[in-house]
Amino acid sequence: MDLAQFSQQLINGISLGSLYGIIAIGYTMVYGILRLINFAHGDVMMMGCFFAYYGILMFSLPWQFSFIIAIALTAILGIIIDRGAYRPVRKAPRISALITAIGVSFLLENAGIVVFGGRQKAFFRPEMFDSIITFHGIRFLNLAIYVPIITLTLLGIILLIIYRTKVGRAMRCISHDMETTRLMGVDVNRVIAITFAMGSAAAAAGGILWALKYPQINPLMGIIPGLKAFVAAVLGGIGNVGGAMIGGLILGLAEIMLVAIRPDLSGYRDAIAFGILIIILLFRPTGLFGEKLPE
Amino acid sequence: MDVHHRRNQILSILAIGLGFVLLYLAQKYLTSYQVRILNNCGLFITLAVSYNLINGVTGQFSLEPNAFVAIGAYTSALLTLSPAEKAMSFIIEPIIWPLSVIQTPFIISLLAAGIVTAIFGFLMGFAVFRVRGDYLAIVTLGFGEVVRVVANNTQTITNGPLGLKALAPYTNVWWTWGLALITVFYVSRLVRTSYGMAMKAVKYDEAAAEAVGINAFRHKMLAFTSSAFFEGIGGGLLAHLITTISPTLFTFFLTFNLLIMIVVGGLGSTTGAIIAAILVTWGGEFLRFVEEPINIFFIHIPAVPGMRMVIFSLLLVLMMIFARHGIMGTREFSWNWVVDRMNGLKFLLRNRG
Amino acid sequence: MKRILMSLLALSLIFTFAIPSAAVAEESFKVGAYLPMTGPVAAYGQMEWAGVQAANKIQPTVLGKNVELFLVDTKSDKIEAANAVDRLIKKNKVHAIIGEAISGNTLAGGPIADKAQIPMVSPTATNPLVTQDKKYVFRVCFIDPFQGEAAASYAYDTMGAKKAAILVDIAQDYCVGLANFFAKSFIKKGGEIVATAYCQTMDQDFTAQLSAIMAAKPDVIYMPNYYTEVALSCRQAAELGLNVPVFSADGAQAEELISIGGKAVEGVIFIGHFAKEAAASELAKTYIETYEKETGKEASAFDALGADAYFILLDAVERAKSVEGPKIRAALASTKNFPAVSGNINIGEDGNAIKDAVLLHVKDGKFRYLATFKQ
Repeated sequence: MDLAQFSQQLINGISLGSLYGIIAIGYTMVYGILRLINFAHGDVMMMGCFFAYYGILMFSLPWQFSFIIAIALTAILGIIIDRGAYRPVRKAPRISALITAIGVSFLLENAGIVVFGGRQKAFFRPEMFDSIITFHGIRFLNLAIYVPIITLTLLGIILLIIYRTKVGRAMRCISHDMETTRLMGVDVNRVIAITFAMGSAAAAAGGILWALKYPQINPLMGIIPGLKAFVAAVLGGIGNVGGAMIGGLILGLAEIMLVAIRPDLSGYRDAIAFGILIIILLFRPTGLFGEKLPE
Repeated sequence: MDVHHRRNQILSILAIGLGFVLLYLAQKYLTSYQVRILNNCGLFITLAVSYNLINGVTGQFSLEPNAFVAIGAYTSALLTLSPAEKAMSFIIEPIIWPLSVIQTPFIISLLAAGIVTAIFGFLMGFAVFRVRGDYLAIVTLGFGEVVRVVANNTQTITNGPLGLKALAPYTNVWWTWGLALITVFYVSRLVRTSYGMAMKAVKYDEAAAEAVGINAFRHKMLAFTSSAFFEGIGGGLLAHLITTISPTLFTFFLTFNLLIMIVVGGLGSTTGAIIAAILVTWGGEFLRFVEEPINIFFIHIPAVPGMRMVIFSLLLVLMMIFARHGIMGTREFSWNWVVDRMNGLKFLLRNRG
Repeated sequence: MKRILMSLLALSLIFTFAIPSAAVAEESFKVGAYLPMTGPVAAYGQMEWAGVQAANKIQPTVLGKNVELFLVDTKSDKIEAANAVDRLIKKNKVHAIIGEAISGNTLAGGPIADKAQIPMVSPTATNPLVTQDKKYVFRVCFIDPFQGEAAASYAYDTMGAKKAAILVDIAQDYCVGLANFFAKSFIKKGGEIVATAYCQTMDQDFTAQLSAIMAAKPDVIYMPNYYTEVALSCRQAAELGLNVPVFSADGAQAEELISIGGKAVEGVIFIGHFAKEAAASELAKTYIETYEKETGKEASAFDALGADAYFILLDAVERAKSVEGPKIRAALASTKNFPAVSGNINIGEDGNAIKDAVLLHVKDGKFRYLATFKQ
């Protein structure tokens, strides 16, 4: 592999990795506060894509509006899922919440198949994201530059909310001790709802970026990115928002580089994510940047 | 010791005898479709009860049964196929020696399936029980995915995505329900021993269990390996029931099905797992009418394929919210309960008359 | 919450008392379809079912009887597929069966139909093992060896490619089979396979595989995958600047290839089943019109093969003048030159369809006819 090829693969890896990262942020936020693996996160992302798709197709909205409305709708969906499915089991053993999340995930996927149909749909890619940049023999879509920028901006906003606002302080408080926070007069359920809204909005943004890069959507599209993003979140130390981003990048690069170096092993690509997950959990369960020990 | 121990034993033996008479009549007089569902029920009882041993009884929430069933199914299928049949199926790359020449009787292949899966479970246990809670769930899910990816890639062993076909249809109601009986017997006996008590202790409070001298890791391993053994044999039966296997059979959907069963039955209850396995397996076929076109009085509802899965997913969520303990909670079936009720009924009738 | 529960209860009551619309005319000819309407390969099942329905619109009767269709979902799963076939035979008492879309599931359903002596026609199960030793199992698609060979000879002889790279979906027996037969024939002709890379169904990023293929400098890339994967790979190949002709297979013939692939799939060549402008038969023309009118979508390979499974079955019933399994089977097995949607179908040994293939390419956002391969 010469330098140009290596750089090309590096770009491929970063652009895939930052997508994993942005989806991982939502996972890690919810986990940080509720200790809940929101299994349905990938499917929430899928719903975000479909909202955007139908916004453009049925209401012929300009894409910018459609994307913003889709993100808002997905945030509301996140709140509804929390209110309808997760809040009733909050006092139950944690495993009940995980099972509920698995149920919600399957419900979204199958309702999606019934309502949207199983056939793949082409996602609209605006002109703005459709030009190719050539640089010393390396070629990539300009979207590959937008993705990390948008992701980092989002990350910045989320960090700002977590560390500089009252709600953010309440979130951090809940993640340490939910009961005490409640006693201090914080409306815990409201803060959790806001967390879900933020996580789901980030998922929708990630999903739309995903659909722009891989312009195809279907009701099962969230499964694989969801699982990979979860691995990224664990890799970065689950609960750590910045770590999720870095975890995503590492995972993206690892997957791309395996295929680049040994194309004959590319069939094992999906095993890489889980291989990394297993190794990380066995040797450093807190992830690379996690401080808190898992239960 | 229960004073009614002897009576209960006799009742159990009678019930099992009656069950087998019913099975005999069923496979003689029912259609092949009904017998197929009956077979699925028996098979899923085995899978659900052994899955429940690790998830419900020991409280270690894990998501790997698809991996275990896959390993069992491939092991037994590769052993029962004749060398000639294997040569015919492996059209892309020939199967590796010694698999290319081995052929064993069905029962040996089933035992091998159980043993190979148990060994795999044992080795996997060393790795996965270093973590707990939802981490355990995710790591085991990861193992399930890895097994499927490997099965797709190892063309010379599993025939890759082409899968194996023309397996002899050895599996019948005697095998499925016989194995179900053995599994239920083993699990319910195990639960009543000191090992089982320790497993329950680990479920309710691992730290406390460790403090009173229970080696939590060892008991988790016992539950996990036993579970793997029966899932493996179940996989072997499954392979010879549908007579063909390929990696797509062993996705997370299979685990999801089993998960619904043990949750509906009540995590930790073997009786519940049995009831739910039958309900879900039979219900899945029964509910097909919701996917057919329906006429209610004058309203025509067109066919909506996919409704069953929507209903099952919704059921899982609603169970968790409103009926977390499932049908049985952690209770088990007991003859004492039945006899008490019968006596109560008798008493009531007598007083009326 | 209570209210939701009550309404659910009410709903379930309605369902319990609802009467399935089984307005069974005694005289009808019953065709059962078992297809993946949900699950990972739901798209193919849904397309094939649409094809069967369109075909039913065109030819709703046979031997003066109404044709009654039954659909059973397999959830893309083998256990369900086996249940489904048994259910169709024993509960719905069908005379013939169409399905499944995927070879693995047809392998599960085939033996049951074979034992019950109910003829089964699969639209798209390409794995050679499907019909092996099965008297009652037929198919209307090509099998892998024929298509792989045809692709290799066109790539080598006509396109003049000497070095080929392969990108194959390792989770689909259809793709693995094709890639393998292509490679064998291509090497036999004197060509060289310079790179083989793998992906999996539902993968969306192929940049690493394509970059690796690019480094091997092939003359042609063979991608025997389904349309979504092909469309996404082509888009990413274009973004990477990979200017090598892409050769694909019949699984690419769906309008999504163009709607997802956009400009990037211009020039993609593949072996398909029918071409609109060179429609072989009257039936094909009628079908393409009907399908587009009914669904508002362009006919694809999947729905056309679903329709062909239906047509060929009805043709056999007409020739057999009977609805008995063994007689239909005999008529099916002796099908000669039936002018179906996807070309003239002969049923050969083993129940496999022998038919000509058409070579298509994408030009100006449309599938265009290039040539015909005789089998």
